[in-house]
Amino acid sequence: MEAAGVAGVEPTRARVLSLLAERWLFAFLALETLYFCFAAEGFANPNSLQILLFYGVEIFLLAMAELFVIVTGGIDLSVGYVLGLASIVGTKLIGALAGAGVPPAAALALGAALTLAVGILPGLVNGWLVAYLDVPPFIATFSMLGVCHGVSELIIEGVYAMGLPPLAAELGSGHLLYYAPGAGMSFLARPEVERGTEVWEIVPNVVVLAAVVIAALWFALSRTRFGRHVYAVGGNRDAALRAGIPVRRRLLAVYALSAGLASLAGLAYALKYVSGKADAGAGSLLDSIAAVMIGGASMFGGSGTVGRTVAGCLVIAVLELGLRMRGTPTFDKYVLVGVILVGAVVIERWLPGKGR
Amino acid sequence: MNEGATTAAELAPGSRGGGFLESRAGRALARNWSAWFLLLLLVTFSFTGRNFLSIGNFQHVVHLQTLPLLLAAAETLVIVTGGIDLSIGFVAGLASVTAAKLMQLLAAAGLPAGAVIALGAAGALVLSLLPGLVNGLVITRFRVPPFIATLGMWGIANGLALKLSEGFPVAGLPGALPRLGNGYVVYLLPGEFLSFLGPPAGFPEGRIREVWRLVPFSLVFVAAVLAALAFVLRRGRFGRHTYAIGGSVDAALRAGIDVRRHLVWIYVLASGLAGLAGVFNVFQTGIGNYTTFSAMYELFAVAAVVIGGASLSGGKGRVLGSAVGVLVLAFLQNGLAISGVQPFYRYIAVGVLLVIAVVIDKLFPDLR
Amino acid sequence: MDDYLLETRDVVKRFGGLTAVDRVSVGVRAGEALAILGDNGAGKSTLIKVISGVHPPDAGEVWLEGRPVAIRTPRDALAAGIETIYQDLALAENLDVGANIFLGRERLKRRLGLKVLDDAAMRAEAAKVLERLDIQIPSLRATIRTLSGGQRQAVAISRSIYWKAKVLIMDEPTAALGVAEQRKVLDLVRTLKDQGLGIILISHQMFDVFAVADRLAVMRRGVKVGERLVKETSPDEVVGLIVGSETVGAERAAVKPMS
Repeated sequence: MEAAGVAGVEPTRARVLSLLAERWLFAFLALETLYFCFAAEGFANPNSLQILLFYGVEIFLLAMAELFVIVTGGIDLSVGYVLGLASIVGTKLIGALAGAGVPPAAALALGAALTLAVGILPGLVNGWLVAYLDVPPFIATFSMLGVCHGVSELIIEGVYAMGLPPLAAELGSGHLLYYAPGAGMSFLARPEVERGTEVWEIVPNVVVLAAVVIAALWFALSRTRFGRHVYAVGGNRDAALRAGIPVRRRLLAVYALSAGLASLAGLAYALKYVSGKADAGAGSLLDSIAAVMIGGASMFGGSGTVGRTVAGCLVIAVLELGLRMRGTPTFDKYVLVGVILVGAVVIERWLPGKGR
Repeated sequence: MNEGATTAAELAPGSRGGGFLESRAGRALARNWSAWFLLLLLVTFSFTGRNFLSIGNFQHVVHLQTLPLLLAAAETLVIVTGGIDLSIGFVAGLASVTAAKLMQLLAAAGLPAGAVIALGAAGALVLSLLPGLVNGLVITRFRVPPFIATLGMWGIANGLALKLSEGFPVAGLPGALPRLGNGYVVYLLPGEFLSFLGPPAGFPEGRIREVWRLVPFSLVFVAAVLAALAFVLRRGRFGRHTYAIGGSVDAALRAGIDVRRHLVWIYVLASGLAGLAGVFNVFQTGIGNYTTFSAMYELFAVAAVVIGGASLSGGKGRVLGSAVGVLVLAFLQNGLAISGVQPFYRYIAVGVLLVIAVVIDKLFPDLR
Repeated sequence: MDDYLLETRDVVKRFGGLTAVDRVSVGVRAGEALAILGDNGAGKSTLIKVISGVHPPDAGEVWLEGRPVAIRTPRDALAAGIETIYQDLALAENLDVGANIFLGRERLKRRLGLKVLDDAAMRAEAAKVLERLDIQIPSLRATIRTLSGGQRQAVAISRSIYWKAKVLIMDEPTAALGVAEQRKVLDLVRTLKDQGLGIILISHQMFDVFAVADRLAVMRRGVKVGERLVKETSPDEVVGLIVGSETVGAERAAVKPMS
């Protein structure tokens, strides 16, 4: 009704504004990328995209974890330390299995599966506290953050967890496709060519992993009954309850999913850096929440999409890589992400159609 | 409220039928459970930990909690209004680094040590009000949720502190700083001397460990700040308005309280207290320290406030309760360490305590 | 006499020491509207929450079509054909009209072996039911947030109708509406009666009650204090029942501050 009124008075302005409301994020992302193409030497290169996706894998996965929780109107402070815990558990388990004589590929698969199973536990506890005991998500997940930190310290023995088989490193830093012009191509492993031959490395493995998971999450949130229920729980919990939606079970699932995704991010970290670390994800709380909010989700729940959250992640990843390539210390990144986060929320409030 | 009675009953499922929970004693116990718990901790650890029960250890613990105590007080103010401030930890770090940098500059300009310290500290304190001002304006003028606004400032203050310090603690400050920050009011060596504010002139540095040093400056400082805040919050009009806003913004608005302005002041005050904590930290350590990610000062401050009896939904909370919350967390760590327990159990204990605090808050929604 | 579509038999609901509903028996027939009246805190809302499964009763039974039914959760009530429209409507404001009508009972289709939301079908069904009730909504893709109070009420009612409600419980259906929209909602109630539903109406508005209800029950402090046929009573008598007819003035003074 209100939108119609505005349109009657000043149709072009309203149309421009509502177009902006839909697209400002993508325009911002384009401008940001363009800026770094000129400002940072070497940034204007298709390889930059691969690099920023490679380094951004954990942020992408953590942001997805946070997205589901934020859509229900909650928050998960524990994702960073669940990541750290999973990086340690994963490293130790896979290392132990490989050390016990299990073939590396099987050790990797089995260890990863076990790590994910263990990694969901903190989420189940979070979900139980939030859904069944009505503990505010902030408190429940902060408690869990501490517990994960404690467990990490208990099992790590030293600063880094080590002992992954060489295959893990090959997979973690490897690419899906290698192409040596004139000499052929190969999947997953570098082709055997003479030293000095140019080999194109196409799409890092961990990025493939993240992309597949994110595609599945997009499907789950936008196309399935589960996703619809997640939106309903965040939009109006009472309505969801009275419509017969099992609100508590859904919340439990969302927090478990969050921890599962954080654990997956921890495994990606372990494969990338061939080690595990308790505070591997300590600094990513801001990034992961910021990506979701920049993507237009509401802190109060009920809104947010996978696509726009990916765009939010890209805003941060481009910034990080651009600043690095420009030689500015990464300290600037924290300041800029903070400013963009607040700016994005202000813009979302100011633009039409987002009254929240 | 239509059928308000049933709604209240629903909110407090445990209040079925009266009984102990509704009795006077039950309520008193619930109101001060964290203080009783602290006492229980102290008694338990006195048995389990060698040297736990000593004035030296207690003074040491409180001395190390200066920064958390001030941050918890800051967080109390914000949480009582129903908001949250995630930036205070990094604002403290920024203030610490700023103070140290200012002192370096002033010292390089050739000022005497006293002026360097005073001006550096004062300058950093004034600057530490700015993050709060920005938080307050963003929250009230642009209606950005406090969580987001202060999370943004979390990044900004952290980035600025790292940039200023270039990622290293800022050293090379006047040597008088740690003496001021780590001094005691009373120095006593039984049979030999009793002196105030410092050992008698000429006392050999090597024998300082034999001297009974009582009442650290940090304790006096923190006690004074907390007492003033507690007074303002419980007895002053400012405090009354703070609780009113936390109870219901609508009611506060209709009562003619300038809610926006008040909230801006709250965030400025919180930021200033964080600044005070950061600057005092320079006095304690003699260097400018940025805050690390894993310190999680802001989250522990929230935890202390919640254990101290506040509710994250606002309208409830006490400065001294939060101080008890900080001490519970601190003695838990200290006592478990002295008793030789794995630090891992401390994290579990903190989690359990927080959940207890929330459950008590739900059972007694009307306790103040 | 036992031709009630839905009835409560000596239902009791206690909260701690407070008995919110005390041995209340009321019933509604098909094609009839029963109004439940009472002052604030009289127990009306608790009674309908018992019927709709939000508060399981501590004693007594709910009977539907001559058989006792166990209603322990909102889901049970919905499955039995008892739909409730609360004062706050219980709509998810962030979702569109179709999604709300199908909330919790989403329609799915199979795509590549996966069960996928069928939003197109849900919107088409929503359009049909809105048309059947002669309700205009600007766009079915619009989220509830952009609709007026009357439109929201209409969406909530459409939802109940779509799910083949036998009994429709309405809590203050006209409370937050303008005069024109109030009339539309009352028309809608008459339409629903004609379609054979049993309607239980809670209202403070005496006008609403006399406009659409056939029978009324009055509650006071958790107890049913009277039941009348609307055509055989008057607003004055009803007010007398609500506040306690013997000592109207004194009771009023004593009851009011409690709310």
